[in-house]
Amino acid sequence: MSAADFRKLADLFPNETVTHSYVQDIELPPVDGEGTTDAKSPGIFALVTLDNGLDHSKPTTLGPNTLIELGTVLEGLKERAARGEIAGVGVTGKPYFLVAGADLSTVKSVSGREQGLWMAQLGHDVYATLANLGVPSFAFINGLALGGGLEIALQSTYRTVSTGAGALALPEAFIGLIPGWGGVHILPRLIGPENALKVMIENPLSNNRTLTGPQAYQLGMADAMFEPADFVEQSLAWAAKVIAGAVAPERANAVDPSAPEVAARWAAAVAKGRAFVEAKTSNASPAPAKVLDVMEANRTLTQAQSAQLECETLADLMQTDEFRSTVYAFLDLVQRRSKRPAGAPDRKLARPVTKIGVVGAGLMASQLALLFARQLKVPVVLTDIDQARVDKGVGYVRAEVDKLLAKGRISPDAANRTRALVTGSVSKEAFADADFVIEAVFEELNVKKQVFKEVEAIVSEECILATNTSSLSVTAMAEDLEHPERLVGFHFFNPVAVMPLLEIVRAPKTDDAVLATAFELAKGLKKSAVLVRDAAAFVVNRVLLRLMGEVTAAFDEGTPADVADNALRPMGLPMTPFVLGAMVGLPVAQHVQESLHTAFGDRFRVSANLQALIDNGVTSIWAVQNGAPVPGPDGKPFIPAETLALMSFGSTPSTGEEVLRRTQDALAEEIGLMLEEGVVAGPEDIDLCMILGAGWPMFLGGITPYLDRVGASERVNGKKFLAPGVASEPA
Amino acid sequence: MMSFGTFLPVATPATGTVPAPCLNEEYAVSQARTSGKPSSANPSIGRNRTVRDVVFVDGVRTPFGRAGDKGIYAGTRADDLVVKCIRELMRRNPSLPADRIDEVAIAATTQTGDQGLTIGRTAALLAGLPRTVPGFAIDRMCAGAMTAVTTTASGIGFGAYDVVIAGGVEHMGNHPMGAGADPNPRFMSERIVDPAALNMGNTAENLHDRFPAITKDRTDAYAVASQDKLAAAYANGQIQPGLVPVATMKPGQGWTVNTVDEPPRPGTSLGDLATLKTPFRAHGRVTAGNAAGLNDGATAALLASAEAAEELGLPVRMRLVSYAFAGVEPEVMGIGPVPATEKALKNAGLGIGDIGLFEINEAFAVQVLSFLDHFGIADDDPRVNRYGGAIAVGHPLASSGVRLMNQLARQFEEDPSVRFGMTTMCIGLGMGATVIWENPHHADYGTEAPGREMHNTEAQHAATTTTETGATA
Repeated sequence: MSAADFRKLADLFPNETVTHSYVQDIELPPVDGEGTTDAKSPGIFALVTLDNGLDHSKPTTLGPNTLIELGTVLEGLKERAARGEIAGVGVTGKPYFLVAGADLSTVKSVSGREQGLWMAQLGHDVYATLANLGVPSFAFINGLALGGGLEIALQSTYRTVSTGAGALALPEAFIGLIPGWGGVHILPRLIGPENALKVMIENPLSNNRTLTGPQAYQLGMADAMFEPADFVEQSLAWAAKVIAGAVAPERANAVDPSAPEVAARWAAAVAKGRAFVEAKTSNASPAPAKVLDVMEANRTLTQAQSAQLECETLADLMQTDEFRSTVYAFLDLVQRRSKRPAGAPDRKLARPVTKIGVVGAGLMASQLALLFARQLKVPVVLTDIDQARVDKGVGYVRAEVDKLLAKGRISPDAANRTRALVTGSVSKEAFADADFVIEAVFEELNVKKQVFKEVEAIVSEECILATNTSSLSVTAMAEDLEHPERLVGFHFFNPVAVMPLLEIVRAPKTDDAVLATAFELAKGLKKSAVLVRDAAAFVVNRVLLRLMGEVTAAFDEGTPADVADNALRPMGLPMTPFVLGAMVGLPVAQHVQESLHTAFGDRFRVSANLQALIDNGVTSIWAVQNGAPVPGPDGKPFIPAETLALMSFGSTPSTGEEVLRRTQDALAEEIGLMLEEGVVAGPEDIDLCMILGAGWPMFLGGITPYLDRVGASERVNGKKFLAPGVASEPA
Repeated sequence: MMSFGTFLPVATPATGTVPAPCLNEEYAVSQARTSGKPSSANPSIGRNRTVRDVVFVDGVRTPFGRAGDKGIYAGTRADDLVVKCIRELMRRNPSLPADRIDEVAIAATTQTGDQGLTIGRTAALLAGLPRTVPGFAIDRMCAGAMTAVTTTASGIGFGAYDVVIAGGVEHMGNHPMGAGADPNPRFMSERIVDPAALNMGNTAENLHDRFPAITKDRTDAYAVASQDKLAAAYANGQIQPGLVPVATMKPGQGWTVNTVDEPPRPGTSLGDLATLKTPFRAHGRVTAGNAAGLNDGATAALLASAEAAEELGLPVRMRLVSYAFAGVEPEVMGIGPVPATEKALKNAGLGIGDIGLFEINEAFAVQVLSFLDHFGIADDDPRVNRYGGAIAVGHPLASSGVRLMNQLARQFEEDPSVRFGMTTMCIGLGMGATVIWENPHHADYGTEAPGREMHNTEAQHAATTTTETGATA
């Protein structure tokens, strides 16, 4: 076939941002061993540059029109090679990108399996030309190369990589696909099955980790590495040597899959991969297992045979809502919506923040102080009721700075600066010149109101007051303030330094300048902020506790612990409800649950069993060690007898399926109510919160695409949360 | 010296924003460099300091481009051109540890935009040299790179440096001549400089007025020879080894790699030149054909003390003998090389007859011929510009000095019979620069210079003609 035969597919996407394939003929530099006098050029090299003509904020991508152009160009070069006009072909990209990979927006909107199959076949058709030009092909990996972008490089005969190249990866298992344009066949052969597993499974499923140029080179993904300042020149000089036979790359990690010991390694790597996928995702998304299936099968397949399998698998996966949900979550939410928070006021209204006060010097307060000082680089003063507490809080910050310094994460100068920025005081007078004072004291309305009353007596009229409350009413907190318009909720997630979400709570009187300043602060803290209305527990905790409440209720009713706690495994959540409860702390969870119960009634049931555990100082339902359940004699988590003795159970146990369905329905109900109440601007914000604040998987699309997919939205609310095509098959 | 154009203020095109100072507040405290230098036998605090020999180790340049939107370097940054040269020098001299470089002096005539921000320092950082290596920017218009060499060479001689990088750059497409300049009105009101002298083409016409014997026929013939000599040098592979390839990317075209000069017009005939306009004066003599063009390019050279070269195993391609700069009337700036050369010869204790090879910058053919006439050298003397000159290859202002040195060094290697050679150039606003070098391949290298008495006649001749040309400023 020829790339042009796929015109019918390309015609469906007339608005694709095409990445063009520009060819330049370059006379290769002369090559010889000694001196340059008699050196001869090995010939003409056709260098293809992939460029969409846009600046670096618009990555180059591979859609059908792009692939057809590339394929047509390569077919032309193949003819020239046959005529002896060129000695080699190279592919490189515009600055900072080789090419970012398949155009996901396009792939997501492919409708029907046949179109998906065409897309898969088109890529293979084009890459097969690259791999069979009749002359050696070279990829000069000058920058970012993801998925299909990296597979262009893998399909080439030789590769160079820039030390400055970042983000090299095959993230398909994370996206919901497989590296099915040859990557899954070539990579284990090139760098060994264990390394291939790392690149195709472990990295994608570990926060979508990517490789740097030097890491990729180390693994054997490139044959030579050069610095960015003259990367193209040096790559060409190297290509000339390879073509002239003066250099023959050694591939230390490459394997012959037919060798018996390699077959054993291959099988072991696949088995290890399966265990990894199960642990990370409980196989709630089909893609990672498919990557392993294809890798397992293709050890004995030729590249052409594997290509067929890859195409069929890709066509299947493109039809899954797990894939579509991931693209929605990844592109539409995390990459786009989180950058422009819905409902945030004009940023021009924001006021400068040059000093920050933190009321309280406990663990949360100290974490906040460290974050503010490190990211905003402004003075931060902690206060507490006595010198010992203040010293402890400031001491915590200094110790954390020392740890960062010891790990080489910050320089000695930065450490000195951060240490000097954080001070403590027993007097709130220290807040007199602060622009922003946040409280992180005990979760008790009257305590917080008293704190703000004292602070307000000291600070300027412009000073913004913020609360890190997770469950109290911000509105009630503002009630007795002289300037209630200055109070805003600023809800972080634990651990503060790691979790990317910040819920910014607008109380009825919060003014736009205060809100705009809060959003600018969030940006300065490198957090993604979501605007929420002042409603009990806001978004993440309300959804989480509704979920935990349902599972706990089923447990209390007599459902066996392992059935209840594992009922949600098909969702692939990062941890089970019981483990989550122990991690958050049972008293904290119970406290928020009580607040929610007060606010919303019996939808949030307060478990007497949990209260019994709390009253007796038990910190977890399961026996745990270092936060993780320890297996009992049968290899499964168990409840210690003394813990069990504290609880009593009903006689209406549920099956796992029943608990799952009940939880799905509860979530659909709760989210439906939250949207009705206007807690956030739309279901997209709920999804964004659950992804960033709770680490919920992207193949759920956060949560609402999942609830739509399993029918819970329609069962409970009579309609889906999202329109067809947003995170599901286009209408 | 300058070619076409003017130093009068012209509208400055936007050449991109000046990058922010690259100060990273979190960078690690760099470790102070520990000198590998053995303790000197003549410490500086003592009297009777000895001057050290300075050698030219290596030099490279980018291929030169034609300035303007269609030129090969349209869209390429000037600092990136310098970086390619520095990196090539380091690659070619692997025995030189990068932290042994004591200075990076880079010249540019217009020091704004991509040629601003103290380009010697920025280029060093961008080239990946250690942060402990300092750098500075230097400007003497067309003799920028030449001045970078003489200034740092003096530092080597004095003992301040062991090894330096000196070079220059001019992206005349990004920085049209005189862009952003603001000449003091006193130049005009007090007749300090004739405003016409700020236009280099005018000064070339003025030179024709002063030396009526230099006709347009002679300058055109000289220009044709320059093109022919460069073409021959290319055919002989004498130019290519000094070039560093430069990859460039243009919108809608993709990456390419530039490995040859863009300005040359091989095969240019006298007939071709006869048809060209004389833009500086109606029925004048100076044309685009007998002058250097407007060009983009960069050069860089590695210099070292003789001791450091030996210690580090660096090749010695030339030894610095003497140098001199001189001022002349700005209206006839092209005569600048004459007094500069006389001064440099005097400093060296040499006569013009001792100079076996000349690399003279060809800003204008008339300026070269005025030099040759002064010293009684024929227009087609084979000692002069064997590889052709700037009329053919181009003249990216502040970069050209090192190109002359690269070429002289190669010719020294090819011709061990020559003991001394000269690089010389004229400079805008009425100056000249000359550097005299010794050929390490010559049999007498390292021995005393020839006796002065042999050259009395020439010295006297030089003294009288200096007065004639009125070469004072």
